[in-house]
Amino acid sequence: MDLSLTPQQQAFREELRAWLAQNVPLAQPRSARETMQERFERLRCWQRRLYEAGWAGVAWPKEYGGRGASLIEQVLFLEEMARAQAPPLANTLGLALIGPTIIHSGTEEQKQRFLPKILSAEEIWCQGFSEPNAGSDVAALRTSAILEGDHFVVDGHKVWTSYGWAADWCALVVRTDPSRPKHQGLTYLLVDMRSPGVQVRPLRQMTGESEFAEVFFHQVRVPVGNVLGEVNAGWEVAIRTLMHERATLGATLTVVYRRSFDRLVELAKERRRNGKPLAEDPVIRQKLAQAYTELEIFRLNQMRAVSRASSSGTPGPEGSILKIFWSEYNQRFQQLAQEILGPHAMLEESSPEALDSGAWAYGYLRARGNTIEAGTSEIQRNIIGHFVLGLPKSY
Amino acid sequence: MRYELSETQLLLQKSAREFLASECPMTEVRRIAETPTAHDPQLWKKMAAQGWTGMIFSEEFGGMGLGLVEMAVIFEQMGRFLLPGPFHSTVTLAGPILEATGARTLVETISQGTALATVALVEETAELHPAVWQTRATESAQGWRIRGRKLFVPDAAVADWVVCAAQREGELALFLLKSDAGQLADLKSMDLTRRLYAVEWEDAPAELLARGQAAHMALEHALNVATVALVAEMVGGMQWILESTVSYAKTRKQFDRPIGQFQAVQHMCADMLLWTESSRSALYYAAYALQERLPDAATAVSVAKVYAADAYRETGNRGIQIHGGMGFTWENDLHLYYRRAKACESLLGDNRHHRERIARHVLNGSDSASGSEQKGNGWLSK
Ligand SMILES: Cc1cc2nc3c(=O)[nH]c(=O)nc-3n(C[C@H](O)[C@H](O)[C@H](O)COP(=O)(O)OP(=O)(O)OC[C@H]3O[C@@H](n4cnc5c(N)ncnc54)[C@H](O)[C@@H]3O)c2cc1C
Repeated sequence: MDLSLTPQQQAFREELRAWLAQNVPLAQPRSARETMQERFERLRCWQRRLYEAGWAGVAWPKEYGGRGASLIEQVLFLEEMARAQAPPLANTLGLALIGPTIIHSGTEEQKQRFLPKILSAEEIWCQGFSEPNAGSDVAALRTSAILEGDHFVVDGHKVWTSYGWAADWCALVVRTDPSRPKHQGLTYLLVDMRSPGVQVRPLRQMTGESEFAEVFFHQVRVPVGNVLGEVNAGWEVAIRTLMHERATLGATLTVVYRRSFDRLVELAKERRRNGKPLAEDPVIRQKLAQAYTELEIFRLNQMRAVSRASSSGTPGPEGSILKIFWSEYNQRFQQLAQEILGPHAMLEESSPEALDSGAWAYGYLRARGNTIEAGTSEIQRNIIGHFVLGLPKSY
Repeated sequence: MRYELSETQLLLQKSAREFLASECPMTEVRRIAETPTAHDPQLWKKMAAQGWTGMIFSEEFGGMGLGLVEMAVIFEQMGRFLLPGPFHSTVTLAGPILEATGARTLVETISQGTALATVALVEETAELHPAVWQTRATESAQGWRIRGRKLFVPDAAVADWVVCAAQREGELALFLLKSDAGQLADLKSMDLTRRLYAVEWEDAPAELLARGQAAHMALEHALNVATVALVAEMVGGMQWILESTVSYAKTRKQFDRPIGQFQAVQHMCADMLLWTESSRSALYYAAYALQERLPDAATAVSVAKVYAADAYRETGNRGIQIHGGMGFTWENDLHLYYRRAKACESLLGDNRHHRERIARHVLNGSDSASGSEQKGNGWLSK
């Protein structure tokens, strides 16, 4: 074990730090009220700036617009972003899950066609896995694709598709052979969301906005050249996406979570109860210290996992540890914020008394989705029990 | 000893349930929640016709004179159906103060269903503690004038009257104001079924209801009654989440079987039942203890509030989790309850406030309840 950086890694960090110091956009004023679309456009511009300066896709191959560095530099990148209070990148799913899957399973042509535009945020991606009757049991999905000449014709219905409203492309898992056992008849397609027959219907979340969508496919023609991996071998490719989802999605969240934590500390110093700043209350101090402990462990777990993955390739089933950790941490943290900040924190966006334009009320409600999206906590624990610990399969 | 509802109480429960099922189904709740004030005057009239608006007031004040256990029975059903609007604030918060301070005509009109009232207590820091309240009352030749700004005032836009706590020459006093005497702003609470407001007065005319010890006693009493009613609503809400989640777990299939067959799901359901039933035990003891003026009544109210606040939230957490992606949508009714749970947790004293009251009872040995009002272990002492 040696946590010191090599001279190259140190140089990387210094160069990045200097660049960020010059380029990180000013923080949005806390009173700013942006629509989801406006925020997305802002993050998209920010990602484009990073891309042009060579910072998007730190660990992606150079020939596709990346920097060709190792995963360690990727971690340094995230740490520096957090340190500089930089906004996150827009193309979350393309960068964290779908791009890495294309790097692993794509043809040369697919890599050249898709990867640079994921990095530049010119093409936004969504993930079309879940269906109304196939969530945890995603391999039971029924959206079908039938080969007609050099095209697949797709019919079906996907649901909870995050960024469906913004996406140009979709990583779509379909059934190409219903006669085979459920895991063996699936194919992974890269689908242009502008194709005729694709219809996106916004789906309203309990927070009030429509961050995800339903996507309907009616006789949508997809060229066979857009199959990722082999026909009927889509499950292996999909698993790779899911492994990345469990393991790496959380890495980008360290940036966001650290900012919320720092903000809560700031508010605890400013706001008063019993005539004293909240930050002097011993119970609140204990609870904030505990939250910091968990946030720090989240970061260290992440670092260790990356270090392991950089020697072994794809993240393994222990990625479920990370997924459980970040999702459940955030739920505890949001509840803690509510407790500390009191009833002001339950006021929503347009309230004259809301703290940070309702960000805490939103954060509290949004956190409920964390233990459901990217595989529920129950499914993650099943994975750990069976695939990591080797316990007998329970169903 | 009988720690369960009597025949008549069960009948009351049944009739409340049937009334709400037909007059306040979820489609109505959603419709009313989308109106600017979340109040439906038609529904109010129907509740008044049932006698509900006067349920806890004495017959000489035009009420039905029901006990607090009966009140809890009805409020449990209201929470289950997520009754929107000002019923809780008018009947259990403002009503008891007005009755205790002898505002007979007003209590009579509330009982008849022709007046609505609310109570304005906390301010900038949201602390339920009179020493930090800045609102001032001054006396002039024309009578009392109020100046100040209150937060988290429930249903102020539909109330005809506002009971306001203010400082008068260094002591707590309760005043009555016409609701149009102040400036209102909707605070956009997470709970869409019950609106909260900021209310500001600049030398608004007011009538003195009580001051000093009498004001303290009236307020303590109302806070105890209103908290029991709120906990009853919380228990009803938990019951709804529990039932709808268990029924979902029996019908939703993944991996070719009902998800309720997975032990992880079953255990979450079992926890939800444990929390709901435990909250119910605490609720009915608190209602009974307050009604019978048992020495530990005030502590029993806090025990029920703290436990139910955590239990309602956690039951909501599990309910959403078991519904999966479906539970995270706007269309599903779970979030309406989940939002209510958060509001209930913060209002009428958050968990810190109530744990502190319990701690004072346990650690300082100051006995509470009816005694609390004399011995200073009440809501409002520090
Ligand atoms: C905010 C959000 C964003 C999302 N974004 C996307 C997206 O971009 N693309 C996409 O494809 N999907 C997305 N999803 C869908 C998500 O992946 C599914 O909701 C999730 O996998 C659960 O599936 P389900 O909703 O059908 O619930 P179900 O599978 O029906 O699960 C219901 C309950 O049963 C439990 N359960 C099921 N099986 C078992 C078992 N074997 N053992 C124990 N418990 C079990 C679950 O844990 C859950 O508590 C998103 C979901 C959310 C909430």
